[in-house]
Amino acid sequence: MSMASISVNALTKNYSVSRKTPGIKGTLKHFLFRRTETITAVDEISFSIQPGEMVGFIGPNGAGKTTTLKMLCGLIHPTSGDVSVIGHKPHSLEPGFLKQITLVMGQKQQLLWDLPPLDSIKVNAAVYGISPRETNNRIDELASMLGLGNELNRPVRKLSLGERMKAELLAALLHRPSILFLDEPTLGLDVISQVRVREFLSSYNERYGATMLLSSHYMGDITSLCDRVILIHHGQIIHDGSLITLTEKLAPLKSVRLELNKPQTRESIGKYGLIEDYTDTFAQLLIPRKALTSSISNILRDLPVTDLEVSDPPIEELIRQLFESGENLSI
Amino acid sequence: MKSKFNKYINISMVLLRFWQTSLAIELEYQLNMLIELVSVLGNLFGSLFILSLFYKSGPLLGGWNFFEALIVLGIYMILEGITTSILAPNLSRIVNHVKNGTLDYVLLKPIDSQLWLSLRIISPWGLPSQLIGILLIIYSLVSIQVDLSLFNILIFFTCLFASSLILYSLWFLLASTSIWFVKVWNATEVLRSILVAGRYPMSAYPRGLRTIFTFLIPIAFLTTVPAEVIIGRVSNEYIAIILIIAAIFFAISRRFWKFALLHYTSASS
Repeated sequence: MSMASISVNALTKNYSVSRKTPGIKGTLKHFLFRRTETITAVDEISFSIQPGEMVGFIGPNGAGKTTTLKMLCGLIHPTSGDVSVIGHKPHSLEPGFLKQITLVMGQKQQLLWDLPPLDSIKVNAAVYGISPRETNNRIDELASMLGLGNELNRPVRKLSLGERMKAELLAALLHRPSILFLDEPTLGLDVISQVRVREFLSSYNERYGATMLLSSHYMGDITSLCDRVILIHHGQIIHDGSLITLTEKLAPLKSVRLELNKPQTRESIGKYGLIEDYTDTFAQLLIPRKALTSSISNILRDLPVTDLEVSDPPIEELIRQLFESGENLSI
Repeated sequence: MKSKFNKYINISMVLLRFWQTSLAIELEYQLNMLIELVSVLGNLFGSLFILSLFYKSGPLLGGWNFFEALIVLGIYMILEGITTSILAPNLSRIVNHVKNGTLDYVLLKPIDSQLWLSLRIISPWGLPSQLIGILLIIYSLVSIQVDLSLFNILIFFTCLFASSLILYSLWFLLASTSIWFVKVWNATEVLRSILVAGRYPMSAYPRGLRTIFTFLIPIAFLTTVPAEVIIGRVSNEYIAIILIIAAIFFAISRRFWKFALLHYTSASS
């Protein structure tokens, strides 16, 4: 037995969906002769996550992220393969398992709309069998970590999206789960609230050693929280490792900005790399990763450089390119 | 034993919280109480009027006299009240849970999901109907001089419990199908309108309908049979039959819910 918090082996989920052509004719045909076909949402994926790890789960829409998350928390029964989360088979939904996990979904709320969050939170406390005194302690602790105060006493409908999300997190974490499944937890939030939520997740992880699997469209969430990312596309894992190696795979070129104190010709700069942008005292070059150190030392030796900056193209940009490139992914 | 006891304590704590929060929501709308009262009274007088028309032609309707038929109506009104208080607000929400994907949150709570879905909300607006139903029954029992002994009252409440359980199980069974037929199907409303057939004694209906209401959709066991037991038209052993039927329906509803969850695919983003 491994000590992993989450271990997944050849996990597969097939859906059968019915095909319908548009229009009245299609509808009638669909009604009379329903044709279903099987779609593989998740295709034999395997990975394992250690206790306390924060793993980013990324991929385009429909890649299978949500289906995987829901199989991990037990909502969806896998077609085949094995899942084990803290030693439980999730889809048995045993209370002992459920008390240790939580699922937070950015676009679905569990707080009652007409009531203050505190009321819904106390319902959860009763459901998880937490004593009133302990409940109050935990609410105080989480509220101060989240920067929530009086908002907990106002009806949910009167809260801003950011305040509501923070209250959702409080409700979802009251039972102090050790495994967190977060599906787009910062969806639609403004930048300040996004940062607040990230900081909170990071300190919750530190304080309780919780394991987190986080899917997000905002790469900022991933880059600031997760050292490891799992990239999924068409139901398959195409990268599982550090964010840095993903960047290296996706972007074999580095971008180098030069500022010069004497004008130089295009040709004299062009021999060090591919010119992206050029004025006589400024240049932006693309240089292969492998040749980077030697090229830079040559540049510093040969050219009158006043400033030099090496950077990776932004990860958002890389991922976007990756998904736009479509079917033929080869990394 | 102790853990079992603790479990029940815990469940009652949960229910207390459930009902506190749902009453808090409902009581935000005080006008509802008035509207509900008016509609209950309207319903009552409508039914009484129709019933009095039936009895214009003779003293018996399918072998029931007027006061006996009133008892059936009374039981119907109590069930209608229970429907408004518990069944309708909870069970018609299951469809929305499935549609919006919030069923996920319910399923991931360490509590029986059927319990949560069935008893999460309690609405006070069914009370007028229940009160009027009870008054109607007491008035009729006194009029036909049935002995109001403790034993009879106990039998009455047992019957009422069993028929509510049958109604609940049927309703929950239908609501469970929303796991497959999201939004196409609001079966619960259909059931509610069939229940209206329970206003009058079963023998007042033609033979074909009577068979359907007895064997297919057990409306007969919801109002007529309990009324027969209370009046003493049939022997007390009939209680056992109603209870067994209730137990069977309840077991089926639980089984079916477990089965439905196997097919739950959860609304995606």
